[in-house]
Amino acid sequence: MFNKILLAVDGSEHADRATDKAIALARLSKNATVELLYVVDGNKSKSDVLKYGDSDTASFKRKEMLKAYEAKLYNKSVAYETTILHGSAAQTIIEHANKGQYDCLVMGSRGRNEFQTFLLGGVSHKVMKHVKAPIMLVK
Amino acid sequence: MSYAEKMKNEWFGNVRGDILSGIVVALALIPEAIAFSIIAGVDPMVGLYAAFCIAVVIAFVGGRPGMISGATGAMALLMVTLVADHGLEYLLAATILTGIIQVLFGVFKLASVMKFVPRSVMIGFVNALAILIFTAQLQHFVGETWIMYSLVALTLAIIYILPKFTKAVPSPLVAIIIVSVLAIAMNMGVRTVGDMGTLPATLPMFALPNIPLTFETLMIILPYSLALAMVGLLESLLTASIVDDMTDTGSDKNKESRGQGIANMVTGCFGGMAGCAMIGQAVINVKSGGRGRLSSLVAGVFLMFLILVLGGLVVQIPMAALVGVMIMVSVSTFDWSSLKNIHRVPRTDALVMVVTVGTVVYTHDLSKGVFAGVLLSAIFFAAKISKVNVESHFDKKASRLTYSIHGQLFFASVTELIEKVEFETKAKEVVIDLSNAHLWDDSAVGAIDKMESKFEKRGAKVYITGLNKESSVLMDKIGGLSKASGH
Repeated sequence: MFNKILLAVDGSEHADRATDKAIALARLSKNATVELLYVVDGNKSKSDVLKYGDSDTASFKRKEMLKAYEAKLYNKSVAYETTILHGSAAQTIIEHANKGQYDCLVMGSRGRNEFQTFLLGGVSHKVMKHVKAPIMLVK
Repeated sequence: MSYAEKMKNEWFGNVRGDILSGIVVALALIPEAIAFSIIAGVDPMVGLYAAFCIAVVIAFVGGRPGMISGATGAMALLMVTLVADHGLEYLLAATILTGIIQVLFGVFKLASVMKFVPRSVMIGFVNALAILIFTAQLQHFVGETWIMYSLVALTLAIIYILPKFTKAVPSPLVAIIIVSVLAIAMNMGVRTVGDMGTLPATLPMFALPNIPLTFETLMIILPYSLALAMVGLLESLLTASIVDDMTDTGSDKNKESRGQGIANMVTGCFGGMAGCAMIGQAVINVKSGGRGRLSSLVAGVFLMFLILVLGGLVVQIPMAALVGVMIMVSVSTFDWSSLKNIHRVPRTDALVMVVTVGTVVYTHDLSKGVFAGVLLSAIFFAAKISKVNVESHFDKKASRLTYSIHGQLFFASVTELIEKVEFETKAKEVVIDLSNAHLWDDSAVGAIDKMESKFEKRGAKVYITGLNKESSVLMDKIGGLSKASGH
């Protein structure tokens, strides 16, 4: 049913819950794999480089951050691979999701507050509109 | 990849994306270059020439393809008093000297010196810059009417709301056009860019600054050039790291230092003010699809083209529109995540950030803020690392007193060490165990010597054990000098 699952995470609590759901979906079939996707957007690049000093350290810290998700998948014996991409969050997720043959995209409804959503637009909203695969949006 | 292939890829690997993003950046550069000239107190043309020259030169000699450099707020803020006290010609001379200093930085591979600037100081630098750009706009509100206020509000509204509908054109540009058309059509009589200085539609011309070539001149411009060179490299290398991260590629920081220097030397000879890499514009460039050297070249050339063709219109832009754009620039320059996380970072780091910001806002000089921040960080570091622990153990049978010392021994920690040792003892033997300590300087050696001689005065035999290799080399070199007996 769901053999190839794309799980987009952003480090928020919503993403934690999305990971649990992706695991539940993956365990429905025998050979399911989960692709853990994290997108670094321009503003994140700026604040991470300021916070960690340079690009290499920032990349290292992001891999550390993703280890929590990887551990969840590993503990439930779900096969996974990790992808880190750079670009605008919504656009990059949409392009990546439409390029591969995914059975399902799982993601958290973003952790932005209402004011930010008003200014920047919801990532999940755009993704819902343009990704061809079925989507599970976890609240 | 051979050098030729690498260059070809850096120039022509992304032609379409680079041309489009270069045009977007050129449009976004114009209001900023004008506004930063006004901050520095020079004609708008000085900033526009700088943006043109720097963007074009950096395209050829920069170390970070896809990064945009030009006239910046950080640099403009450093020039204010030089321009006010001595005039434009001295600024041009200072710009050339800034370039020379930066080239030397690059040649001697000093880009790594930047690692001595702690991250909390960098965050303070960026936040202070944002605050200064904002406060520099306040003077334009003095003595103005509600018409000007509402034009600023309209500019900001367009800037922030338009991207919800389309991202094809930069919203600040649309805001400037709408507000300008409105102001001209309704004949509002508000102040315009033309009121702030002249804007002749001519290409920059080569001319050396008209100043007396004396030692006195050098002493006037040198402090400014040093500050400009340092702040310029700081912001450029920070921006380069951000572009590295956004594009997931590496860059040559020493080449970038040399490139910034060459760009400033050329700019100074063509009537432009000193500049550096621009965080905001570089982010816009990469987001708009720019990756290669071509994007910077297109940005510079297209900007000059627009000014030559549309110069007559540019002078009619109301200051209100420019002020609105600059408020947006300051808001996006500020690192808001640093405020959100301020309760999570160590308290000393937060204090360093606040002191950096406070010093800059008080002195209006970014280089002084960085200096204060670095100094305070160094003091905090020394205070943290100078904690020493002393454990004592007395073996009654052998009448042997053992002190084991834990920590870094250097000028800042030895006082505490001596205070923690009890010298009144009847033990026959005293062992000073240094296996968990490291001796760093002659103060440390002196302290050990002092302990030795104090115990020996009380008739105890002193043994020093557990010196690591570096410490014992230091001990051999300078040890025993302060003590008469020796070993």
